Amino acid sequence: MVKDAAGSKEYDYWLLAILAAICAVGVVEVYSTTHGSALAGMHMKQLRWLLIGTVLMFVLSRLDYHLIMDQAPVLYIIGIVALLAVLFMGHTRFGAKRWIPILGEFLQVSELVKLIIIIVLARFFAEVRTDELSLQDLIKAGLLVGLPLALILKQPDLGTALVLMPMLVVGAFLAGLKWQHAAVAGLAGFLLVGAVFYPPVSRHILKPYQRERITSFLHPEEDAKGSGYQLLQSKIAVGSGGFWGKGFGNGSQNQLGYIPVRYSDFIMSAWAEEQGFKGVLLALGLYMALLLRLVQNAQRAKDRAGMFLVMGVTAALGFHVLVNVAMVIGAMPVTGIPLPLMSYGGSATLFVFLAIGLVMNVRLRRFVN
Amino acid sequence: MSYWFRNDNRLPQERLAASSYVIVGMITLLLLGFWKLQIIDSDKYGQMAERNRVRSIPIIAPRGRMLDRDGRVLVDNYPSFSVLLLRDDMAAVEKNLSVIADGLGLSVDDLHEQIANTAALPKFQPIVIKPEATPADVAFIESHRADIPLLEMLMVHRRRYLPGGFMAHASGYVGEVSEQQIEDSNSRLRPGDVAGKSGLEREYNDLLVGTDGMRRVIVNSVGKEMGRLSQQEAVPGKQIQLTIDYDLQEVAEQAMAGRKGALVALNPHTGEVLAFVSRPAPDPNDFAIRVSKQEWLRLNTDQDRPLLNRVTQAQLAPGSVFKIVMATAMLESKVPPESFTAFCPGYANFYGRMFKCHIFGKGGHGVVGIHSAIVHSCDVFFYNVGMRMGIDRISKYAKMLGLGAKTGIDLPSEETGLVPSEEWVQRVFHRKWYPGETISVSIGQGAVTATPLQLAYMIGGVASGGIFKQPHLLKDVQTVGEAHVQLAEDTVEQVTQGMYGVVNEGGTAGASKLPGIEFCGKSGSAQVIGGAAKDRYGKGQKKFKDNAWFVGYAPRRNPEIVVSVLVEEGEHGGAVAGPLAAGVIKAYYDKKEKRNGQSTAQNQKPHVERGVANNVQVEEPKAVIKPEETAVLVPTATAKKDRPE
Repeated sequence: MVKDAAGSKEYDYWLLAILAAICAVGVVEVYSTTHGSALAGMHMKQLRWLLIGTVLMFVLSRLDYHLIMDQAPVLYIIGIVALLAVLFMGHTRFGAKRWIPILGEFLQVSELVKLIIIIVLARFFAEVRTDELSLQDLIKAGLLVGLPLALILKQPDLGTALVLMPMLVVGAFLAGLKWQHAAVAGLAGFLLVGAVFYPPVSRHILKPYQRERITSFLHPEEDAKGSGYQLLQSKIAVGSGGFWGKGFGNGSQNQLGYIPVRYSDFIMSAWAEEQGFKGVLLALGLYMALLLRLVQNAQRAKDRAGMFLVMGVTAALGFHVLVNVAMVIGAMPVTGIPLPLMSYGGSATLFVFLAIGLVMNVRLRRFVN
Repeated sequence: MSYWFRNDNRLPQERLAASSYVIVGMITLLLLGFWKLQIIDSDKYGQMAERNRVRSIPIIAPRGRMLDRDGRVLVDNYPSFSVLLLRDDMAAVEKNLSVIADGLGLSVDDLHEQIANTAALPKFQPIVIKPEATPADVAFIESHRADIPLLEMLMVHRRRYLPGGFMAHASGYVGEVSEQQIEDSNSRLRPGDVAGKSGLEREYNDLLVGTDGMRRVIVNSVGKEMGRLSQQEAVPGKQIQLTIDYDLQEVAEQAMAGRKGALVALNPHTGEVLAFVSRPAPDPNDFAIRVSKQEWLRLNTDQDRPLLNRVTQAQLAPGSVFKIVMATAMLESKVPPESFTAFCPGYANFYGRMFKCHIFGKGGHGVVGIHSAIVHSCDVFFYNVGMRMGIDRISKYAKMLGLGAKTGIDLPSEETGLVPSEEWVQRVFHRKWYPGETISVSIGQGAVTATPLQLAYMIGGVASGGIFKQPHLLKDVQTVGEAHVQLAEDTVEQVTQGMYGVVNEGGTAGASKLPGIEFCGKSGSAQVIGGAAKDRYGKGQKKFKDNAWFVGYAPRRNPEIVVSVLVEEGEHGGAVAGPLAAGVIKAYYDKKEKRNGQSTAQNQKPHVERGVANNVQVEEPKAVIKPEETAVLVPTATAKKDRPE
């Protein structure tokens, strides 16, 4: 049954080209944000991650996704165990337990779990035989996502936990989510968001640093040096870039260190300052092309399993872009979600390449019976 | 293929297409967000970025120096570093507080308090935690730039005054501007600026202050200087030359050392103040850094009142020095006539009360005329003169001779003293004047008060034949206020002869006679409280000792120098204050002689004294007395011309 995939001409070269362009912008900006500081040389480390990611992507694309999805229950158990392991013996950095040491590097387990949940959800929804998603199945899917989500929240890592939600939402939507269910779930989501922003309730469900971020998002002036300061400095960087930008290496907000974690979560802020609105058009244009190209791959998938896999990836990446960029322009609170392929970071980069590897996998087998 | 996979190819194409639209919509929304920031609000954020990037650091302009009349430096500046604490990152501040305190030799509690006190200021504004950094502090800050990037140094110019309170009450001191001064300056001064708080520092603040410069630098997010954009140099304040003679001032300071009182020397020809001492005095160097609350409280509550400028602000009974006013009034008004004599048995009775002469208990002065009354300071003679003259005539002449009004010296907060009159008593106390009070006033007791400066001004004016020059400390003034009081030649001659006799004819200051110098003067020993009370509390009590006065001058007519000395609780004017005045006058003549000898011998070659260059060139444009100052003086001068016929 398992046949080797088609030849190399079946790779999505447009997708690879878009990917390469985004990575190039990322490396250039990582260089710009770090070359004059103690972090100089970071762009080379990022290049190394990109290289490893590319290799892993091609490796993963050769292994039939049906085989991978066969092992979904095993992968799920591995993921849960890994999350438990990280909670009990993980490495604490920046006040959260998210890392375990593998091959001399600290890897974020939750990035791996994101990938596993994409596979597990694709498998689950592929097995739904009805055209409409029953409430029973919706609840099952919810529980499937709920367990790892709770464990990630425990780390605590609100950002990554949130990424699991759009995977569920998009998967359910494509699996034939009923409008009534959508309305009820939407209302529940609305209430949850409302609760997060309503102090008397959020006091019980959020950690102090999370509530602080919410407060500083709503009232940045009250927190001139905390995360409100970060958002403000990011907006200043973006706004002062104007249409043409200040030029490569010339952004004062960037070069003088006013933009917080400018090589990672706020890299778009640095890019927008130095390259201006035209640079933003380029970057967001590339992201839009990437996402649309992913949807196109889903549309051309051979089967529902492949389609769900690709759209799970699309949901995750789209959510990353939305939440990160909205944060950079001050439209969302600070959540710690990086911008895929532009932000510096090993685990996050590997996740994106592996996810794209799955997409390639689906594409390579679209004509195979 | 596994059991779960049935080649199910029902793809929800509509919902996939909808996903594409969601993606396009999402990216469009994000782009709109960027459009708002980068196109619509670009200018606003551009300015905010510029404010982040550029910090303006003031370059403090040094204040102008003060020189003595020969160009010797009296008040100078020295560069000093203030240690600033950057408070942007309070967590880092808290963490490093004990290290900082240790390194700068401060206590952690003190630092905590300073931080708490300035909590209301904006976070980006650094606070001064140590106003004067020692070399060790500088080394500490430099060596910890990397690991404790919280400390900065600001170069400032501090005032250096001569030590020990030398001339302190004339020079005054500087300090941070008060709210009132900021208001009065039309926002030229900002909080934290240094301005003159008293004395000449305050009077000529506008001349002395320069214009601060500005350095615009690029700073990074932790406030570290990364580059310089532009620099506007500070314009130093103007140097001012004073009329003070350093040599004379030093003699005067030594004369008054350890005493409580005042000494002021004037040149009546010009109004120039040659020496100016008020003791006790604070050391203004202490104020140049930062006065602690306790120190300030101590200075303000000290019973000896070190902050009182006794030369211009001590309003005390002039005692027998006032007899010069009485003698002048008698000779001018001819009430009683010039030939008037009184018999002094050591006391006299007026209005049913006995008034003692100072000689009481040791006999009497016998028959006394105007000359010997001045020479021996006979109270009984002047009691009789006063009784005949009446308080209003006394008051009129006292005011004519400059009492009861400011002399107009170029120092802030000069006091007027008090010349009582029937009208004054009616206005202030709503009662009638008692004739007995006139008797007390006749010998400078009772309600009449004057400052040491007023007495110098008065005696200088009388001895100059009625020409009163406005006392001033700034050398290069364009106009000096002047008042002419028409005095008969005979009046001036008689009064000055009397004052000559005080020193040279075995008078009350006979011991202060100076060979070769026409040293004249008038002593006074003024009771601090009424004699009756003094008897009640006992004579031994120090706090009721008399104030000793002596106003001396030389030569007898048209004097070059007049010296007014007040020694509080000095008891005997002639014996205690007299020699002090004599010392200054002797120093004046010694220097004059020396200079004359030198100028003939060395053809006016500049010389160096005390290691201080004597010929410092003063290039600053001539300072002028402020117009309002002159304006104040004019009415006084015209008033004094209203001399009764």
